[in-house]
Amino acid sequence: MDFAFGPEPCMAIGHDILDIGSRKAQAKRQRGALGDAMSPAPLELGMPGQFDLPNVEDPARYCRTNFASVCGTGDEHQAVKFAKGTTTLAFKFNDGIIISVDSRSTMGNYISSGTVQKIIKINPFLLGTMAGGAADCSFWERNLGMECRLYELRNGRRITVAAASKLLANVMSSYRGYGLSMGTMVTGWDETGPQLYYVDDDGTRLKGRYFSVGSGSMYAYGVLDTGYKPDLTVDEAIELGTRAIYHATHRDAASGGINNLYHMTKDGWKFIHAVDVNDLHYKYAEEKKNAMAT
Amino acid sequence: MSILSYNGGAMVAMAGKDCVGIAADRRLGVQLTTLATDFQKVFQLNDKLFVGLAGLATDVQTLHQELQFRLGLYKLKEEREMTPQVFSHLLSQLLYEKRFGPYFIEPIVAGLDAKGKPFLSGMDLIGATMTAEDFVVSGTCTGNLHGMCESLYKPDMDPDTLFETLAQSLLSAVDRDAISGWGGVVHIITKDGVTTKELKGRQD
Repeated sequence: MDFAFGPEPCMAIGHDILDIGSRKAQAKRQRGALGDAMSPAPLELGMPGQFDLPNVEDPARYCRTNFASVCGTGDEHQAVKFAKGTTTLAFKFNDGIIISVDSRSTMGNYISSGTVQKIIKINPFLLGTMAGGAADCSFWERNLGMECRLYELRNGRRITVAAASKLLANVMSSYRGYGLSMGTMVTGWDETGPQLYYVDDDGTRLKGRYFSVGSGSMYAYGVLDTGYKPDLTVDEAIELGTRAIYHATHRDAASGGINNLYHMTKDGWKFIHAVDVNDLHYKYAEEKKNAMAT
Repeated sequence: MSILSYNGGAMVAMAGKDCVGIAADRRLGVQLTTLATDFQKVFQLNDKLFVGLAGLATDVQTLHQELQFRLGLYKLKEEREMTPQVFSHLLSQLLYEKRFGPYFIEPIVAGLDAKGKPFLSGMDLIGATMTAEDFVVSGTCTGNLHGMCESLYKPDMDPDTLFETLAQSLLSAVDRDAISGWGGVVHIITKDGVTTKELKGRQD
């Protein structure tokens, strides 16, 4: 039983585009160099091409029209819809990267959870954010964590953020049109310094200074555009990241709960805080009142 | 998305001992965007009669004006205040008149009748009325509200307990609904008068 890394056409698109040594390992295994009964079987779960597809003429279209969730606020009347609605943001500045998110999960108008962890720790130097379908995000970012660890084991050094984000983007490309729903920022610190990439379900992969993703992203961008500059101090940057999420949670009904914030430094990510955005509301209201009084 | 949940909002009315209460949230939004957190959707029509209009905000205001007009006419003709039973029928009739182009409102009515006993009714957008002895709910999180009311309601509550029950039911229900909340208001109606309290709700 090993077919996960095989050279079959279109079975493993995501892994052929950026060959990270898996084909080499497979070839070695077939030559018997590394393939004995005791060596672990290649992992199969979650590899592109390993999911059962509906037995219809056009599985992509069938998935899209029946149980996919579309991006944005569109509704194509699918029978099954997934939890989404989010505000996430990340921005680079001179002292690293701030990653700040809310914690609300909605299914339509119902708030299915108020305490979701939308920042996924891929490893001590890599973080991913979640927006879109909760299952798609958590599955594929966990899968990315596994791939990044395998890369370390094969090559004896940490994967770059560029490569990690490309692994994810390649998976998204290989499932393009199947209705996956994911908008994520992959951030980290590697030998080239702090790195920030945006990756989404239609395979888009962008490098940038700051991004915001989700239904509340427009509100967060408004605050970021006003307050952002590269030479923010760490405290100012944390304040900006917090404030942007607060304003988004106040205006956007699908965002809310707790603001989780991380700081990416040369020594890896640091957890900064998890604060209730309702407390932030009254804190900012108080500050505004005091500012007006003076 | 249904036009009834375009603007969002939640309301509940409950009966106590010789008193009734009605509570609603304060949000006005357009789908997921919150535009205002001081929107009025519960209206006092006379000393012992309140109506809550849940649904499309434009129709909330239009229907409220129409109701004030009809109540004014009634008062001039009859030289007395309208009872909740009569008002409920009037509202139902008003809604069914627009059977094929309805107001997108699902109202609730709360008041004290001529004998000072609680009256509660709720109806759908074309006037199908259901009266209740205990509580009625309307808006975008009726499931949540029913759950809260079913567990917190007790018969024959005094006005203070009724307020507490309504407030807790509303606040907990809207905390699980994305498009309701951002504060609330509770009116308690007794034979001696009306007390109105604002609720501080979560701002997300």
